[in-house]
Amino acid sequence: MDRPLRLIPTDPLDKLARTLEALLVVASAPLSVEELAVAAADDPERVEDALRLVGERFADGRSGIVLEHVAGGWAFRAGRDEAVACARLFERPAQRNLSQAALETLAIVAYLGPCSRPDIARIRGVAAESAVANLLERGLIAEAGRDNGAGGAVRYRTTPVFERVFGLESLSELPRLDDVGPDAAEIRDRLQAVAEKRSA
Amino acid sequence: MIVRELELDLDAFEGPFDLLLALVLKEELDLRDVDLAGIITAFLERLAEREELDLEACGEFLVLIAALLELKARALFPDEAAELAELEPEEAAEELARRLAEYRRAKEAAGWLRERLAAEGGRFFRVGPAPLAPRAETPLAPQDPEGLATALRLLAEEPADVSLSHMALRFPPVSQFLEQFRALLRRRSRFDFETEVRELTRLEQASAFLAVLELRRAGELAIEQAAPFAPIRVSRLEPEASKENTAQQERTAAWTVRSA
Repeated sequence: MDRPLRLIPTDPLDKLARTLEALLVVASAPLSVEELAVAAADDPERVEDALRLVGERFADGRSGIVLEHVAGGWAFRAGRDEAVACARLFERPAQRNLSQAALETLAIVAYLGPCSRPDIARIRGVAAESAVANLLERGLIAEAGRDNGAGGAVRYRTTPVFERVFGLESLSELPRLDDVGPDAAEIRDRLQAVAEKRSA
Repeated sequence: MIVRELELDLDAFEGPFDLLLALVLKEELDLRDVDLAGIITAFLERLAEREELDLEACGEFLVLIAALLELKARALFPDEAAELAELEPEEAAEELARRLAEYRRAKEAAGWLRERLAAEGGRFFRVGPAPLAPRAETPLAPQDPEGLATALRLLAEEPADVSLSHMALRFPPVSQFLEQFRALLRRRSRFDFETEVRELTRLEQASAFLAVLELRRAGELAIEQAAPFAPIRVSRLEPEASKENTAQQERTAAWTVRSA
C-alpha cells in the first residue's frame, strides 16, 4: 500500500513517535505494540515504524534514556553509562544477592515452567520451599495454576520482571541446553559399571 | 547395667532387648510394628532405679535406639532410592543418569543466568504494578472549588441550639372561659363564638372553644353551625336542664387542656 502521508511536509510519524515516548515514559512495565497502537489510536504497523524512530533517538551512548524491546514489549530503561549514578540512589531488590539455589530454581522454572515445587525438588534433589518463596518475593516468578486442576501442587512461571532483569525479549531467547556435553555419557557408563558389579 | 539384657514388654514383642535386635536384623520382626517409645520408657525406668547415672549404658542405648529409629523411619517413608532399587540395575542406572543429566542442565542454565545477570548488571528500569486495564469511568461535571469550601464550612459550623420554647406553652385555664361564657349567657340568650374570641390569641381561642364544648357537655348551652367553617352560634339552654348536670359539671371543672 502506498503511504500518501509521507508527502505531508511535517512528518506525522514524528508526531506518533512523540506520543509513544509519552506513553513509554509513564508506563511502569513494558508496553506491547498492540497496547501502544490502541493508546495512540494508530495502526500497529505505523507504531512499529515510529518505535524505530524512537529507538534511534533513545539509544545507548546517545541518550541517558534507552528504548529496549524486552519481556514481549517496549520500555525505557536507564542508559548503561549511567548505571553507576543510578546505583548510588536506587536499590534493585529483584536481582540483588541471588543465591546459587535461587538461580538453579529460577533456571528450572524458566526452562520447564510452569512447574511445581515437587518438580523442582526432584531435579535439584533438595526441598525447594525457601528458594521458591525467595523468588516469589522478588517478583521473579509467580503462581500459574495447579497440577491437574484444583488440589494439585501450585505451579510457577517466570514473570516479565524476570525477563527485564535478564534483558530477555522473551523466554525463547534462553539458550538451548539439550547438549549437556560428554559428561552425560560418562556418567551413564560409570553407573552402568556399578550396576553390573552389583548384579554379578 | 547391661543394655542388651533390658527386659521389654511391648505389644509386638516381649523379651530381652538383645533378642529384639536379633529378630529385627534377621527381618523376622517388622520394625513398623514396634513401639520404640516403649523401649525408651523401659530403659529410662530401669535407669531411674539406680542412684548413679550409668554413662556407658546410656551411650550404648543411644547408639542402638538411634539405629532403630533410622531403620524405622526408612521403613515408614519409602523414598526414591527404594523406588530405584525396585528397578533392574540397567534401568536404575539409566534413571539416575537421566536425573543427573537433568540437574546438570539446570545447573548449566543457572550458570548462564548468572553470567547474563553480571553482563546486564547496568540495567536500571522502572518497576511497578501492571498497568491498569482501561476502565470506563463516569467523569464528574467540572466543579467549583469554592463550592466544596462552602460545603465544608457548613459542616464545620456548630449547629444552632434547638429551640425548646414550644415545650413551655401555657394554655390559659379553661375555667376562666367557663365563667366568662356563663356570665355572658346570663345577660344574652345567644352569642356568636367568633365575635367573642376575635380579640384573643390562638391559644386563648382554643381554650375558649374547649370551654364551650365543656359547657355543652354539661348541658348549659347549645351549639349550632350551619356548615363547616360557618360561624358557631352558642345559645342558652333552660336553667332546669343545666341544674340536672351540676354534679357532673363539678367533677369536670378541673378539666384542663394539659390533661388532654
